Amino acid sequence: MSTPNPQPDPSPKATQPPPLKDWPLWEVFVRSKQGLEHKHCGSLHASDARHALQMARDVYTRRQEGVSIWVVPSNSITASNPDDKDALFEPAADKIYRHPTFYDIPDEVGHM
Amino acid sequence: MASHYQDYLLHLADNALILGQRNAQWCGHGPVLEEDLALANNSLDLIGQARLLYQHVVTVRRDGKSSEDLLAYFRDVPDFKNYTLLELPHSTALAPTAAAERDYAVTIARNFLYSALMVLVWDGLKSSGDAQLAAIAAKSLKETSYHLRHAHDWLLRLGDGTAESHARMQAAVDHLLPYTQEFFAPSAMETAVIKAGLGVATQPLQAAWQAMVDEALAQATLTRPAVAGHVSTGKIGVHSEHLGFVLAEMQSLARAHPEAVW
Repeated sequence: MSTPNPQPDPSPKATQPPPLKDWPLWEVFVRSKQGLEHKHCGSLHASDARHALQMARDVYTRRQEGVSIWVVPSNSITASNPDDKDALFEPAADKIYRHPTFYDIPDEVGHM
Repeated sequence: MASHYQDYLLHLADNALILGQRNAQWCGHGPVLEEDLALANNSLDLIGQARLLYQHVVTVRRDGKSSEDLLAYFRDVPDFKNYTLLELPHSTALAPTAAAERDYAVTIARNFLYSALMVLVWDGLKSSGDAQLAAIAAKSLKETSYHLRHAHDWLLRLGDGTAESHARMQAAVDHLLPYTQEFFAPSAMETAVIKAGLGVATQPLQAAWQAMVDEALAQATLTRPAVAGHVSTGKIGVHSEHLGFVLAEMQSLARAHPEAVW
C-alpha cells in the first residue's frame, strides 16, 4: 500500500480524490457536551469532509471527549498575522475598565 | 446442550479475538496515521467484545478452573472456533511470507464482510434468552455498526478510486468472498443453541447480508464473484494453516510468563 503507483492512471476521473500525499488539512472542533461550544482540538489530513469527520472521530474522540464534531478546511480560515500582535492586542492591555469587575454582585445572583 | 452453548460463546469470542489480533498487526504500520488509529480502535473494540464473552464462558462453566486469559492464551488451534475468514493474512497471496506486503484492500474487504454479518447477528442476539449475552450484543452492535461504516466507506473509496485501488479491492473481494460461505453453513453447535433460544440462526440473515454486500459492491463499481467450492470450517475447529501463526504470535508472551501480571 505504501509504494506509490509508478505509472499514474492515464485517464484520471474529474471527481477523483487527491492522492494521499496531497490530502488537504482540516481543523477539528469537538463539543465536549451538550450546551457547550465546539472547541478547536487539532487538525488532520483527509481527502474530503466526510472522510475528515470519520478520521476526527477516530483521532480526537477516543477518550469520550465529545458528542459532536465539526471539521473545517484549514485554508478556509483567515488568520491574523502574528506580527500584528502588538498593534492588534496591546492597546487593550491598559483598559482594565473594560472588564466588568467593578460591580458588587448581590449574593442572590450567585455564580456568574 | 451446555457444551454447545459454551462452544457458541467461544465461537463469538474467538471471532472477535482473532480479527482483533489480525487488525492489530497494522498498529504502527497503517497507511496513514489516522487509519492506524482507526484500526487500533477497531481492534480494541473487538478484543473488548472477546473479553466480555470469555468472562461469560467462565461464569457459565462454573468449574473454577477457567479464566479469560486461559481461554485466550492457552488453547490451541483445534480449540478455536472462529470463522476461517478472520484468521487469513492481510494478503491475496496464496502462500504469503512474512515479507509479503500487507494489502489494506484485504483488511477492508474482510472487515466489511464480517461487520455486515455481525450487525445482523448482534441485533438478533439482543433478544437472546441469556440476558448477559443480550447485553453484550447490545454493546457490540454499536461498535460493529461503526466498524461497518468505516469499512464500507473505504470499500467505496478504494473500489471507485484509481485503477490500482480498484484492481486491488476487486482481488481482495474475489479472494475472501468464498470464505463467507461458512457464515451460513449449518453446524450442530448452532442448531442446538438456536433451538434453545440462546443463539441466532444465520441462514435467515443471508438475504439481508447479501443485499448489503451487493449494494456496496455496486456502489464501489466492483463485481461479485460467483461463490462456490470448499466451505471453510473454522467454526468447528478445523482451520487453515494461518491460525497457528496468529496464535504463536499472540500467545507466546503469556505462555513464556504464565500468570504474569501488569
